Amino acid sequence: MANNGELEIHSGKRRRSIEKLVLIWNSLPFLLKGTVVTLELTFLLLALGLVVGILLALGQVYGGRGVGILSSTYERFFRSIPALVLLFLFFFGSSFLGLNISAFLSAVLALGFRSSAYQSKIFRGAIQSIRQGQMMAARSVGMSKFQAIRHIILPQALRLSLPPWSNEYSSVIKDTSLAYAVGVIELVREGRYIIVRTFEPMIIYVTIAFIYFILTYAGNKSLGHLEEKLKIPGFETRGGKE
Amino acid sequence: MSANQTVTLKVENVHKTYGKEEVLKGISFEVKKGETKVIIGPSGTGKSTLLRCVNRLTIPDSGRIWLDGVEITHPRTNINKVRQSIGMVFQDFNLFSHLSALDNVRIGLIKVKKIEKREATEEAMRHLVRVGLEDKAASYPAELSGGQQQRVSIARALAMGPKLMPFDEPTSALDPELIGEVLEVMRNLAESGMTMVVVSHEMGFARSVSNEIIFIENGVIVEEGPPQVLFGNPEHQRTKEFLCKISELYGKSEGK
Repeated sequence: MANNGELEIHSGKRRRSIEKLVLIWNSLPFLLKGTVVTLELTFLLLALGLVVGILLALGQVYGGRGVGILSSTYERFFRSIPALVLLFLFFFGSSFLGLNISAFLSAVLALGFRSSAYQSKIFRGAIQSIRQGQMMAARSVGMSKFQAIRHIILPQALRLSLPPWSNEYSSVIKDTSLAYAVGVIELVREGRYIIVRTFEPMIIYVTIAFIYFILTYAGNKSLGHLEEKLKIPGFETRGGKE
Repeated sequence: MSANQTVTLKVENVHKTYGKEEVLKGISFEVKKGETKVIIGPSGTGKSTLLRCVNRLTIPDSGRIWLDGVEITHPRTNINKVRQSIGMVFQDFNLFSHLSALDNVRIGLIKVKKIEKREATEEAMRHLVRVGLEDKAASYPAELSGGQQQRVSIARALAMGPKLMPFDEPTSALDPELIGEVLEVMRNLAESGMTMVVVSHEMGFARSVSNEIIFIENGVIVEEGPPQVLFGNPEHQRTKEFLCKISELYGKSEGK
């Protein structure tokens, strides 16, 4: 009897863990669909943040006083409001202003502008760390200020920005989960849908956590490779190798 | 020196004040085509500022400067154009640190003069050969010695085909044993007829290469003249004192 009962418990456990695996397997297509949206969000908001961030940084370093004040105000604004509140402001604000933009786009804009404020700090630091003589030498060859920035300053500054930028990537890819709150069907929301049907929050959230982990890890790995590829003697940002 | 020799650089009554301190108090001089002038003087007397005024990296408060008849100080002069013909060489080289030696020399040709890449490469290599560094074409600045970096920077300036080359203490940041190779390149340049203005305390170079030495102190030209006169029989007591002191310190570094 006792033996039998043990067996039953044992097979029950096994059955349940098989059920869990099946549940994960069946959920994967939905979760991966959400992952694609998460990646799209990440890519677009990082790209927006990159372009605006570089422009802000250049404005602060080379622009006049007006441009400087403007961009530091912008920076302060986006750095001091919680991402979730920014999302709601953009989402509800756009319809308040009569602009008909999707939840997805408002998430890209809110999180992208926010990221640009952080990215501009990265780029500004890098630009300012380039020695003044580089600009002087570039101008002496006859380059305009724009040419000097484009061909001499930025190629150096962007190399130096890569390690802190990969940090920004890690934090932003996880911030995209906030888009859940305005109804974007990204990874977390896809997971929510499954949980509502199956009442298995733990399994689904662990799976989601695992997916985020892989995305972050793979992204950082490839940025590390990029850094290695762009490495130039005198520009090593990671010591101790070789 | 014939009287009809053309004037390459003309500096007229240049003043520059930083804050309360007047660094240049009315400097005037001329450099004729093919001449080498060496500017000496105690540190902080505005020599570097003067050179920077020459390619308008610093804008003088008053006074005028001409290069080959074009007024550099005129606000409407296209300064990017003028700077192409002024091959500035800096104390700390200022090679573009993300570019190889070859790219350092040809980037101006490609991006500023818009010369086709293959042609620019050939031209750049010619100048690397001229400074004896063709085998370092692929090296990055961080892989070169100070002397080699300075020679690359001379090649970079030369590649643009300058009418005038200002040198701002080109050997002061170098270890003593590396000074010779840079001076050698400069000496060859001077002999090949390049017009040069050199701020330097290399007395050996000044004595044997320059047509004229200009002694600046406290923002004014104290004395100028051929090296034989300044070394042999200077007019001012101050010139004599300074030359003695400098010769003691630097005089032997080009004793070959």
